[in-house]
Amino acid sequence: MVKSTIRALGVLCLLSLAACMGGESKVEQGNRDGVLHYGNGSEPQGLDPHVVTGVPENKIIRTLFEGLAVKNPYTLEPEPGVAERWDISADGKQITFHINPNARWSNGDPVTAHDYVWSWRRALDPNMGNQYAYMLYPLVNAEAYATGKLDDTEKLGVRAKNDLTLEVTLNAPTPYFIQLMDHYSTFAVHPETVSKHGGATDRFTPWTRVGNIVSNGPFVLTEWKLNRYIRVEKNPLYWNADNVKLNAVMFYPTENLTSEERMFRAGQLHYTNEVPLDKIPVYKSMDNSPFVQAPYLGTYYYLLNTEKPPMDDVRVRKALSMAVDRETLVSTVLQNAYVPAYSITPPDTLGYFPPKTFSYDPEKARQLLAEAGYPNGDNWPGLELTYNTSENHRKVAVAIQQMWKDVLNIEVSLANQEWKVYLDSVNQMNFQIARRGWIGDYVDPNNFLDLFITEGGNNNTGYSDPVYDEIILREAPNAPTREERYALFRKAETMLMDEMPILPIYTYTSKHLMHPSVKGIPPNLMDSLNIRYVWLDPNETLKAE
Amino acid sequence: MWRFIIGRLLQAVPVIFIVITATFFLVRAAPGGPFDAEKAVIPEVKAALERQYRLDLPLHQQYVAYLSDLVQGDLGPSFKYPGRSINELIESGLPVTAELGAYALLIALIIGGISGILAALRPNTLQDYIPMSLAMVGICMPTFLLGPLLVLLFGIELDWLPVSGWGDIPGDKILPSITLGAAYAAYVARLSRAGMLEVLSQDYIRTARAKGLPEWHVVLKHGLRGGMLPVVAFLGPAFAGLLAGSFVVETIFQIPGLGRFYVQAAFNRDYTMILGTTVFLSTLIVLFNLLSDIVAAWLNPRLRAQLSE
Repeated sequence: MVKSTIRALGVLCLLSLAACMGGESKVEQGNRDGVLHYGNGSEPQGLDPHVVTGVPENKIIRTLFEGLAVKNPYTLEPEPGVAERWDISADGKQITFHINPNARWSNGDPVTAHDYVWSWRRALDPNMGNQYAYMLYPLVNAEAYATGKLDDTEKLGVRAKNDLTLEVTLNAPTPYFIQLMDHYSTFAVHPETVSKHGGATDRFTPWTRVGNIVSNGPFVLTEWKLNRYIRVEKNPLYWNADNVKLNAVMFYPTENLTSEERMFRAGQLHYTNEVPLDKIPVYKSMDNSPFVQAPYLGTYYYLLNTEKPPMDDVRVRKALSMAVDRETLVSTVLQNAYVPAYSITPPDTLGYFPPKTFSYDPEKARQLLAEAGYPNGDNWPGLELTYNTSENHRKVAVAIQQMWKDVLNIEVSLANQEWKVYLDSVNQMNFQIARRGWIGDYVDPNNFLDLFITEGGNNNTGYSDPVYDEIILREAPNAPTREERYALFRKAETMLMDEMPILPIYTYTSKHLMHPSVKGIPPNLMDSLNIRYVWLDPNETLKAE
Repeated sequence: MWRFIIGRLLQAVPVIFIVITATFFLVRAAPGGPFDAEKAVIPEVKAALERQYRLDLPLHQQYVAYLSDLVQGDLGPSFKYPGRSINELIESGLPVTAELGAYALLIALIIGGISGILAALRPNTLQDYIPMSLAMVGICMPTFLLGPLLVLLFGIELDWLPVSGWGDIPGDKILPSITLGAAYAAYVARLSRAGMLEVLSQDYIRTARAKGLPEWHVVLKHGLRGGMLPVVAFLGPAFAGLLAGSFVVETIFQIPGLGRFYVQAAFNRDYTMILGTTVFLSTLIVLFNLLSDIVAAWLNPRLRAQLSE
């Protein structure tokens, strides 16, 4: 009987072997046919630019649609997209976009300024429930309209002068406004197509399905197999189609990191969305290593609830922060996969470097804690650190808990909460210390520093300083030059870190495995993919491990 | 027999109703909602979203509205995937999960059945110990361990089989089916061994042997029918369990089935998806239990006689 079982298993193995013989891997095949196989993290919620939020959605939408301006993946500076050029008035409040006369929707219709007016009204419509509506708030009256305080769309700061000229009026000079044109929430949608399949502000219509969707980007949607893959193919009507080198892109919802890494090893993916931490050393040591890592526009930090004792004392907050040895944390627990952070804004955010106001200083930390009334941890009332369930968060929390114990001789307990429970606790300010991450939507220090304005929706610390608010909301936007503006930001950030309502830990990094045949995806701060630049070189192969 | 079936179906209605009600109110009691995100959602946007999903109504009205949609077969729109209905998502995932479950069950029956019967033929010998120890290992080994192990061996080291996907590359269905089927094969082996042992000691088997029938005839013709009863009783719940419990395998192998939706829905507080999948799967479990009762009755003459009275 044992024999027969073995025999049965043997037959099964042979059958399976026969089934997969003669396999050219997807990567080899893709290199030959110009098809990129791309690990995209998860199944997109949808493809309506005014409905979705999220990185996997962003990657796909930006191959299907194109904004007025796009980002150069090497410099992150804007370059022409649907708009062939734009003029900014002397006071910085008027922007005129000149739309490329060759820009076409995938059904052949020309892309017009009217499409943008219609689309931006849709994006801001309070009935839309667009979570990214605030991206267009720099427009005159946009916030009032989006929050239902104004219902005349004619008063919005966007107007079509003629078919090819779009005039935009801003509340204040917004140096990063052009950059926002590459964010999907500001993309135009094809009005007739959206209306054909349902109401303009209806979230439940099938207009983005294969066969229905009309888009204006370098690729068009040709297949969408739920939870399997999304296939996009080169759009021959795209104005710059001659410079698009790929023929198609396959996006896979690779939710499981380990499976994704195995798919890469088995030649099923050109590019992974992530790399499991424990695999990094192996890949790093390879010749011609496929591992790519770059600082990412995001910061991992702890929120300190300044309304609750003992954290209402700035000396305690500073002591906690100075007692964390970030370099050791990153090099041991985190395998050097991140960059130690001493402030909220990531370094080199379009040329901006945050001030470093403190460093690891156990002596000073002990002294501050003693001044606050807890010499050598005596009388310490105890403290709870809340994080959402994740192996990575737990490791970091345990390490920091130990550092506090070693340096300050204080006890901190850890509370692990399920994601939505954790979000609820943080939003209700029902915590003492809580883990937090912030990923920027656009490359500008403002995107990090305006978190901490008084009553800001994502402040969550109780920090409030009218001088800080004044700098962020009024002085910086009106600064005449980038240098002066950055100087103001540095001043604000120094003030922020002097009060220490947050405990910065590390700057995120983007980590990918990229097959050597993939060209034109440079590592950058936004982890931004500009598909126009990507091509495949069939002569490059992955060296065996 | 018909009375039995109809009676059981009527019993199922309140069971499913209780499941729906309990699920509906339990998910609402959980902290956090479908629109909570790391980036705070501004109140006006949240209000608009809640309006679109009827969450602005009082809870009891939402409940009544949900039930009236459900009676018409409408499971509602998804929170996580705007523009898609729960019916559509279940339709897209079910065939895959059912196919995976069917292969797994087939593997479980073939491997488990054969080894169980062989073990029962020579109890307390090596022929019994080896498959039964393996079965014990199979029962104890979780799929999240077995899956990656099989992948490592057959997918990476030997490079014989694809490591993920479903129906994309030839052979990609083999590893997930084996992974999912293994634990069930182990149960089937133990159940069929126990069933066969009991049957083979019965008088009618001794009679059959005394008649001089060849051993294979005795085992397959007379022994199997009675000996497989425990397995049949297990099959209904097992298949339902395979459907509901395949999410680990679906995650490991990136399979676009129902199980992944089910688990993600809970994390996302995707109310309609949690309810939709729960209602759907609980209905399936009830139906499969009924089905296995019917088959068991059909296989067991005594029970059949009782029911047709």
